[in-house]
Amino acid sequence: MWMDHPGWVLFGTWVAALFTLGIATFLYKDNPVYKFCEAVFVGISAGYWFVSYFWQTLLPKLGYPFYAGVKTVFVGPAEWGWLVLLIPGTLGMMMLLRLVPKAGWIARWPLAFIVGYTAGLRLITFLQSNAMTQLQNSVQPVVRYNESGQFLGWESFNILLVTVGTFAGLFYFFFSQEHKGVFGRVARVGTWFLMITFGAAFGYTVMGRMSLLIGRLDFLLADWLHLIR
Amino acid sequence: MRRQIPLLITLIVGAVLIIAAFIPRAPFGRLGENFSLYFDIIAVFAFLLGGGNLVRIHGARLVRGVGMAVTEAKKGGGAWPLRFVIEFPFLAFGGLKDRRGRDWFFSLITLLGFFAMLAAGLLKLGNPSGWQGNVTAPEGMFQDFYDSMFNPLQATMYALLAFFVASASYRAFRAKSAEATILLVTAFIILLGRTPAGAYVTAWMPESLSFLTVPNLANWVMAIPNLAGQRAIIIGIALGVIAMSLRVIIGIERTYLGSDEK
Repeated sequence: MWMDHPGWVLFGTWVAALFTLGIATFLYKDNPVYKFCEAVFVGISAGYWFVSYFWQTLLPKLGYPFYAGVKTVFVGPAEWGWLVLLIPGTLGMMMLLRLVPKAGWIARWPLAFIVGYTAGLRLITFLQSNAMTQLQNSVQPVVRYNESGQFLGWESFNILLVTVGTFAGLFYFFFSQEHKGVFGRVARVGTWFLMITFGAAFGYTVMGRMSLLIGRLDFLLADWLHLIR
Repeated sequence: MRRQIPLLITLIVGAVLIIAAFIPRAPFGRLGENFSLYFDIIAVFAFLLGGGNLVRIHGARLVRGVGMAVTEAKKGGGAWPLRFVIEFPFLAFGGLKDRRGRDWFFSLITLLGFFAMLAAGLLKLGNPSGWQGNVTAPEGMFQDFYDSMFNPLQATMYALLAFFVASASYRAFRAKSAEATILLVTAFIILLGRTPAGAYVTAWMPESLSFLTVPNLANWVMAIPNLAGQRAIIIGIALGVIAMSLRVIIGIERTYLGSDEK
């Protein structure tokens, strides 16, 4: 197969390296080379997701079962369970009518299905796994003892800190009450805990981006230029 | 009919999913499963719609831009195709006076990239097993495009953010308030604590003070104060989502339907 040929592999490496450098030119300023790479990225990524969903979801969940069902009608014994697939198939086609200006309103029906499904599912999952579980974990005894009845100071302090931090943070999210007086001071403590969370998230984001940058430099220096091993 | 039926669909689908959580037996349990399948299928059509929209918008921009470029080339008189070729860099890279016609060349590139990926993936070009093989087979052209174009472009795009994050850090790390100082100290502890440098700079500490070493400090920050903040955020988001979901299901929130004029 010609795609296994070393020349094709080398060509692929060069293309990847040139695109990497092309995107990196944005560090200087917005320029045609960057715009070219950006345009390729937009086109390629749209195509990638289009193809991926086509083969990995649309055909296995709609195309193949529908075809198999229709086949039973002609070959026998006839089964009719596949008819329910007409519902999502029709709603899906209605969604595509968004591309036709005069018939675009029909796309509201599948959109309503998606919104309704998401709202129903999210309401239950957020209630169960986020609100209830987190509250359950937050409402715990803050004074801890070990099995022999000895007071565990450090553990108790930590649990107290988590409890105070959680409820103070929740105070901050009450926007219907002006943040003044005792309420305002508790909310202020809440913002300190929120800042710690944002700081931790920021630290991890920086590390993640640095890791990606190191990965690209490693690709350029090792795989492309063979300057390092 | 344009608004009532979508509202009814939202109400029925949302209500069935909620009821199915409390009564997980027929018909609600079965309906909930079916709706999940329908959702997956309709979501794919939404992606197809996205592809169609991309072609529509960039196609229109390409046609308009090429039209303006040809008009510009014809202004000089004589053999305009020759002028078009000679002045191509000017006409293609933002040289047109009318802003609506600019960047048509990049729309062309976007469309070429899109259709190339579609052809490689839908026709499974170069796939060793032909139509029967997996679309992501290592020898296929689709996977080659992914490895040599999609992956490096995406990774570099995100890697670029390292530089912008550095510039943002500079602004954020100028500790002007108590909150900014807390953010700065936490980020610093986490960054240092998750690298070998963190262990190195506090390696001299005696065993009795080991809890003050940067890696241990980072672990404590993550496990205790960070957990408190995260819980507050998670509970806050959950309450917001629950309230918004109810508003959507019972039809108070209707902005997703757009205006009546459309």
